[in-house]
Amino acid sequence: MPRGFYRSGLPGTGAEELRGKLIVVEGADGSGRSTQVQMLRDALERSGHATVDVGLKRSRLVGRELDGAMQGNILSPRTLTLFYATDFADQLENRIVPALKAGFVVLADRYIYTLMARALVRGGQREWLQEVYGIALVPDAVFYLGVTPRLLAERNLRRNSVLDYWEAGMDIRRSGGMYENFIRYQRLIQREFRAMESLYDFETVNGNRAPKIIFRELIGKIELLLK
Amino acid sequence: MTARSPIPGKLIAVEGLDGSGKSTQIYLLKRWLELRGYKVFFTEWNSSTIVRQATRKGKKRQLLTPTTFSLIHCTDFADRYDRTILPLLNTGAIVLADRYIYTAFARDAVRGCNRDWLRSLYSYARRPDLTFYFKVPLDVALGRILEGRPQLKYHEAGMDLNLSTDPYESFRLFQGMIQEEYERLTGEFDFMVVDATAAPEQQQLDVRRVVEERIELGNYRWRIPAPYAAALDFGYWNARDMQSKVDDRNA
Repeated sequence: MPRGFYRSGLPGTGAEELRGKLIVVEGADGSGRSTQVQMLRDALERSGHATVDVGLKRSRLVGRELDGAMQGNILSPRTLTLFYATDFADQLENRIVPALKAGFVVLADRYIYTLMARALVRGGQREWLQEVYGIALVPDAVFYLGVTPRLLAERNLRRNSVLDYWEAGMDIRRSGGMYENFIRYQRLIQREFRAMESLYDFETVNGNRAPKIIFRELIGKIELLLK
Repeated sequence: MTARSPIPGKLIAVEGLDGSGKSTQIYLLKRWLELRGYKVFFTEWNSSTIVRQATRKGKKRQLLTPTTFSLIHCTDFADRYDRTILPLLNTGAIVLADRYIYTAFARDAVRGCNRDWLRSLYSYARRPDLTFYFKVPLDVALGRILEGRPQLKYHEAGMDLNLSTDPYESFRLFQGMIQEEYERLTGEFDFMVVDATAAPEQQQLDVRRVVEERIELGNYRWRIPAPYAAALDFGYWNARDMQSKVDDRNA
């Protein structure tokens, strides 16, 4: 059962009626995050747990519009933060909360921490972000897959042969090419994650290792949580 | 927080119930200022083009909860604020806002959002230098809006609050709740209250007088005068002249 809301919470929703578990996996693109979520889902369903997965830009309300807005890159960081918060809130209210009420295990492929880290490196104010995301539920567990920026770049290039504009932080680029910006940007993001680690009670997992090994570590911890 | 930071421009907002006449009054204020050759711009609540599409979809399909309703409007406002309002204030213009953050404070609180959360959400937005609240008895506002039996939109009528299955009854109750919120905000945010039952000319006169008193208008002239300003001068250029016209008419 999630341990309540961070701050103001959602009007009309009490955390005490949420019987399921909320498990978050965080990490950059190429950290193996989505692979782990998929493996966890398979394992949990095999052992009879009903699961639901959520992630960024997947809301019915604004998922597609948000994607479209990202293509153009004309929104200010503040507007983007609020747009993402809308997307998050829609999934929180329409997917996460109902699933938790029904006793599901909710697997979140990223959560508010990525959104906060991205906003912080773009000059967002921590206090404001904490208030905006004060509607969020405190998860039962948060696993952060830490992968060195060089390895992240390698994995992304291997998969797509290009680096993603946003994951390379090109909207706030300094001099240098895309690769240098990617490394610099991922370092900044990781610094924010490290700063959030104790505040939000993350478990940082070494994501430089093989997927199977990481999975064994995660599922072991999750099984304890579900007992 | 950027509220009250030293930005050269001035921000004037009008707030009030639907049917309070605030839009007419801010229009008249805009005409007065622009015809006198001041740098004046106008902005409306919920008019940004980027986020509009999503807002419309959410409203049409009734996908919105109080929280997402509030966030999507705040997103929309942020876009307008960062791309229009703030740059205009930075260039030293007078910006007139037909509804501002207080509309969200009132409406979203009625829908059940946490009031402190709402204030934090909008804390990036500069507080207006002047906020006129057009105060009107509920019956009068309702009468003006409902007279023609207009087609009320779902959210406009507050149907999402399940106050009544009849849109007109729902609208009445919803507007009454919004009015209570406005009353609460009046003291908290130092609104200038305008008696919206007075003759429109009188209201405008009061508004212009306050604007003249509170804003050093001379600082906001275009360096190049507006083309017809001089030719259009027919004696309404200051509040005193206009008062005498109103008095003549009332005599």
